[in-house]
Amino acid sequence: MSGAEKIAVIVTDIVPLNDLVTRFEFKPIDGGLLPTFSGGAHTVVEMQDGDITRLNPYSLMSDPMDQTAYAISVRRDDEGRGGSLFMHRNVKVGDKMTISYPVNLFSLDLRAKKHLFLAGGIGITPFLAQIKQLERLGGNWELHYACRSESLGSYVDELTSHHPNETHIYYDDQDQKIDLLNLLDGQPLGTHVYVCGPKGMINWVRQTAEGEGWPREAIHYEEFLAPQPGKPFEVKLAVSNKVIQVGENESLLEAIEREGVDAPYLCRGGACGQCETRVIDYTGNFIHRDHWLEDDEHASGEKIMPCVSRFEGKTLVLDR
Amino acid sequence: MSKFTFPESIRSRPVYGTLEPRAGSAHLFIADTEGAEAIIAMATPEIMAKGHIIYIAKGTDYEAQLRALNPASFYAGPSYGAAEQRIHKTLADAKMGLQVYLTGTEGLMGQAQNAAMQAGVPHTAIQTEHRGSTARRMQCVHCKGITEDVATDPFVCSHCGLNLFVRDHYSRRLAAYQGVCIDAEDPGNVPAPKGIYE
Amino acid sequence: MTIQFNDETFRDDYSFYNSERAIKRFPFPFHEDSYMYSVNMEQHRGGPMDSVYEKRFDVDEHYVAEMKDRAMVLADDPLRCQSLPHMTLAGWDLLELIMVSKSEDYPDLFELHRDGNKWRWVNKPLGIDDTFTFLDDTTLPYGPMEYITRQAQGDFCVLDQRDDNLWMDAGMVTTQADWSLDFDIGMNFFEWHAPVPLAHEKGIFVRALKFLLNIQQGAPARRLNWTMTVNPLLDTSPENYHKWGIQKTTLTPENIGTKQHLRVELQTFFRLPRSNALVFPIRCYLCSFQDLMTAPKWGRRLHRVIRDLPVELATYKGFIDNRPMMLDYLSQFDDGLPTSPGIWPDLDTEPSLQK
Repeated sequence: MSGAEKIAVIVTDIVPLNDLVTRFEFKPIDGGLLPTFSGGAHTVVEMQDGDITRLNPYSLMSDPMDQTAYAISVRRDDEGRGGSLFMHRNVKVGDKMTISYPVNLFSLDLRAKKHLFLAGGIGITPFLAQIKQLERLGGNWELHYACRSESLGSYVDELTSHHPNETHIYYDDQDQKIDLLNLLDGQPLGTHVYVCGPKGMINWVRQTAEGEGWPREAIHYEEFLAPQPGKPFEVKLAVSNKVIQVGENESLLEAIEREGVDAPYLCRGGACGQCETRVIDYTGNFIHRDHWLEDDEHASGEKIMPCVSRFEGKTLVLDR
Repeated sequence: MSKFTFPESIRSRPVYGTLEPRAGSAHLFIADTEGAEAIIAMATPEIMAKGHIIYIAKGTDYEAQLRALNPASFYAGPSYGAAEQRIHKTLADAKMGLQVYLTGTEGLMGQAQNAAMQAGVPHTAIQTEHRGSTARRMQCVHCKGITEDVATDPFVCSHCGLNLFVRDHYSRRLAAYQGVCIDAEDPGNVPAPKGIYE
Repeated sequence: MTIQFNDETFRDDYSFYNSERAIKRFPFPFHEDSYMYSVNMEQHRGGPMDSVYEKRFDVDEHYVAEMKDRAMVLADDPLRCQSLPHMTLAGWDLLELIMVSKSEDYPDLFELHRDGNKWRWVNKPLGIDDTFTFLDDTTLPYGPMEYITRQAQGDFCVLDQRDDNLWMDAGMVTTQADWSLDFDIGMNFFEWHAPVPLAHEKGIFVRALKFLLNIQQGAPARRLNWTMTVNPLLDTSPENYHKWGIQKTTLTPENIGTKQHLRVELQTFFRLPRSNALVFPIRCYLCSFQDLMTAPKWGRRLHRVIRDLPVELATYKGFIDNRPMMLDYLSQFDDGLPTSPGIWPDLDTEPSLQK
């Protein structure tokens, strides 16, 4: 079986936070307790959208010690392939859903003398759980959170009222910007920086910190890539001896699963490496979008991460 | 200048490189003996403007050359033990962006690396370059005592007196290689000592 | 079913013994007539009834005696149990995992009563009844990892996961196959396995690490490993090697059947939820050659495996000098008949010795 263990849950609360973001709360159907987790963990939510089964990862933002309920926040993506739209439009309180056990690809380094959190937009969610964890453990942390505007500042009020000294908010529409160089300069030895947000922000923080001589091990980031739509293409699966079509609005991984071929996965966002698949033959170009493979592996034409990457060309044969 | 090429070994054995300047907010050099040559070979005025050198000479004569590099601060001391409190203070006051450069004997680099790791610098971010003696800092796995400057295999533990053979298994936390009793299964049958790399 | 705990020792007079039931359920580690390293992982979700795979943490007739032996080792050398400062949360994770598992799997032996963070733990075999506050270190007599692993058979390595590697940052190690926690603590997966011959070249550790990094909550895994020990000595530590090493030279053709033990490690792997660490329990089972030979299949197979094992492995596992004597003994139990696949003794279906 692929993916993490599953939990049958019921949707117990839906709270719209602003124009774009809605919070969903899940409790176990059997009335029991949910597993605890570590701050930064995500769950993969299964959505039955007509004939399509969507599996989208969302960071758990509730208190990791609270075993009665999990909460996630979903930002509506009007341009995306429909997962977030399905959550916003179709999911109702009382619905039964399946989610995965927590999986953490963005955990705290508990050796850190200080945790410096940098969030952009919906990237705030993993930090909400990490902050609750560190508050329990007496950890040293500081948050710098950039939002588009006050009206789109999810959880700003909660953070600034509970943690006024640790929380720093920046609104794009008021031309407020994180002064990164100044912020990085003077942090005590043993500080770890964590960034979650849009790709541009992640790259900016990683490059700036590395440029200032921060060790690679002290820079942590998480970006879940939603699979992007693209031109349809054909793939031959050599092991199962099938030729399949990948549609415009589905990922290669989803197409493989649709055909009943079991393929390993965990994060479905190009980060964990589980779905790495060997390319046997190809004529054409890969559209690699994952964070897992190294640049030389992307260039080699020998591997693909089917959760987020696509292909344009004549033939593609995979070892699956 | 002589650089020793260590033979290929197991994965726990440290591998040393060649110091190179890196971007950073400050540069801390900890060296002993011929390690001074490695610093001299890579020093630039820009690095030394934010450079701090802690040097253990052990009878070598490089101090004047190191001072001539005009580091922001310079300390020369007789032994690692004498310098240790200064090293801990320097690291405790340091900020992210500090670059750590260690050079000289394995014992010096290992102990200084341990101090930097405890202060929060990942060991992979610490640069090292071996110079000088190839003698090892050994821990007796039986009595836990450390014997410095071991050049032969086997050797006698300076604490408990057991005959120990020299392993390549290395602990960063102890800054030492492991020594294990060589005649446990045949007491008294101890081969004649020879140089570790002979 | 209540377990009858043996009154036995793992040192000095070595009164350790296996009952007939314990022999039958011994985790014989060879699934075929030869052995080479492999990433022989499988899911750890139960197994045949009364096998060592059945429960999450197997408790057997040696439980009480093993815990007494552990207490003696720790009294002599407290460095056998260490936890780096950032691993305390993982220690609580482990305490919870073991208490919940044992109270569910052995309700007649262990009880856990939870009222919020007020926990009461009852361990009947060891006569313990403690009340404490979960996540409050000051309410336990030891740190959480030490407290619970003084009450659980086998060694425990608690591994921090970071930078795409696993780090041996905490452990309770008193029944080890000749490695030192005090020396290895803080090392990464490749470093603490560095002394193992052949496996690095075969890429075993790269594949094993990849597997272990992806072990998820609720989906534990397991494998078997093995070595050889003369006398049923649990604490074959490097620290005391200068004392026990000499015992290897006491084997004779007359005593080898009772003195030479196959030492098997049931290694399991659980993701710990709050810390995202991985716990790696290494449970040691000992069985004398003589007792093993009561299963004809095991007699045939052990002879073939030991005979054909590469010299590097026999040296690393510490029995190269005794191998000829072992083979003299074991060959008496190998009549050349084929063996059934798998590790189980198959006592009802395998033919008895034909010579």
